[in-house]
Amino acid sequence: MSAVLELRRAHKSFTMHLQGGLRLPVVADVDFSVAAGQCVVLAGPSGAGKSSILKMILGNYRCDGGEVLVRDGAAMVDIAGAAPRRILGLRQTVMGYVSQFLRAVPRVPALDVVAEPLVVEPAARGEARAKAAALLQRLAIPERLWQVPPVTFSGGEQQRVNIARGFLPERPLLLLDEPTASLDGANRATVVELIAEKKRRGTAIVAIVHDDDVRAAIADVVVDVTRFSPAA
Amino acid sequence: MSVPVDDEPLLAARQLSKWYGRQLGCRDVSFELYPGEVLAIVGESGSGKTTLLQLLSCQLAADAGSVLYRTRDGVLRDLAALGEAERRFLFRTDWGYVHQDPALGLRMSVSAGGNVGERLMAVGWRRYGQIRGAAAEWLDRVEIDRSRIDDQPRIYSGGMRQRLQIARNLVTNPRLVFMDEPTGGLDASVQARLLDLLRGLVSELHLAAVIVTHDLAVARLLSHRIMVMKGGEVIEQGLTDQVLDDPHAAYTQLLVSSILPA
Repeated sequence: MSAVLELRRAHKSFTMHLQGGLRLPVVADVDFSVAAGQCVVLAGPSGAGKSSILKMILGNYRCDGGEVLVRDGAAMVDIAGAAPRRILGLRQTVMGYVSQFLRAVPRVPALDVVAEPLVVEPAARGEARAKAAALLQRLAIPERLWQVPPVTFSGGEQQRVNIARGFLPERPLLLLDEPTASLDGANRATVVELIAEKKRRGTAIVAIVHDDDVRAAIADVVVDVTRFSPAA
Repeated sequence: MSVPVDDEPLLAARQLSKWYGRQLGCRDVSFELYPGEVLAIVGESGSGKTTLLQLLSCQLAADAGSVLYRTRDGVLRDLAALGEAERRFLFRTDWGYVHQDPALGLRMSVSAGGNVGERLMAVGWRRYGQIRGAAAEWLDRVEIDRSRIDDQPRIYSGGMRQRLQIARNLVTNPRLVFMDEPTGGLDASVQARLLDLLRGLVSELHLAAVIVTHDLAVARLLSHRIMVMKGGEVIEQGLTDQVLDDPHAAYTQLLVSSILPA
């Protein structure tokens, strides 16, 4: 079984120059891999570095050492050493990401926020919007809100828009940062269903979830992040 | 934002340096920009951002280093070696330059339609009806009512002037646009509209752009990559979200942590 994602001895620390060069080690020797159709859940207390690991995979945080290998076709690309253009390319074709909070752009309606990752050219917009609408419907965002920019939405609504945006494109690797944190039971169940569908289609998933039921429902492997805590 | 797929750089800076007498403008700046890629140059006033933009766009001559540009025939050429006429031709066709002050980029007492049409005439358009039609289409795209086509921009609001300047620059289908603080001096709501517009146009037209801004939110919204300048030198560069979310240089950390949340 070939891995879609493989981390090898990845390290991350922050050096805070404004605090006199204070060095904050975050994680060290992060080692795990994810196969197609597999869901790995990162577990550990708040501050253990779960989100940081997701951001290292996404290329949002830089690694100090080690490798973050992501499969792109037949090749494994090391995100830790890849050029910015390569990382952007992988984000558009290989990696999907659902952040903890939606970063809403002023003036862009919810429907287009969701459809955007699919619109590679203007001609694709119609179809992308139709797919976005179907997913928003499933996530119980009322149709009257689709043309409204999500800046004014409630926390739970924003998160569902964010989930729709992350789940709409079919990517081999999906990174989920607490996707169900502020959702009610019904919407949580929908997200669990969506994750199960992704797995059946062979998507490799790395997720952070605090809810025990959701974790039990989606996890194939639980990785305890505290085992990567850097030696003080 | 669009997918940068092309493999050859469109613009390349090689060890660019500029001195104003003994005062450093910028030193040893190197980077490559690919088609469809947006690069933001950030830093405080006096950090060398605008100097760099002027060097890249041939408005200033470098004291050392070179700027290379891939012309439409696919050849990477040293801009300093081009003749004045060739450079002017680039400026009229392949490039756009959006000034912070629209009055510098527009002719304030020529009609809006004339401002847009002029760029087309400079590349050989002659039929009045076609030119006016194209100008009207571009007013639509930048959300200026067509009924204002015969008005002079001096009676436009600041936001409208800036949108008109953008239309004037983009009407010839350039491949590369330089922007100097394109949203500077505009109200927040006007700025949001302009940013949204620019974001759409850049990705639809597969434009490469170099944007000078001191506003990190503008950089985050519009750019793929970012270069942080201080005292004339590039102190940090990389993916925009990476540099803003995980800044390594002390100065970048100061910049990022100095933003007041709205």
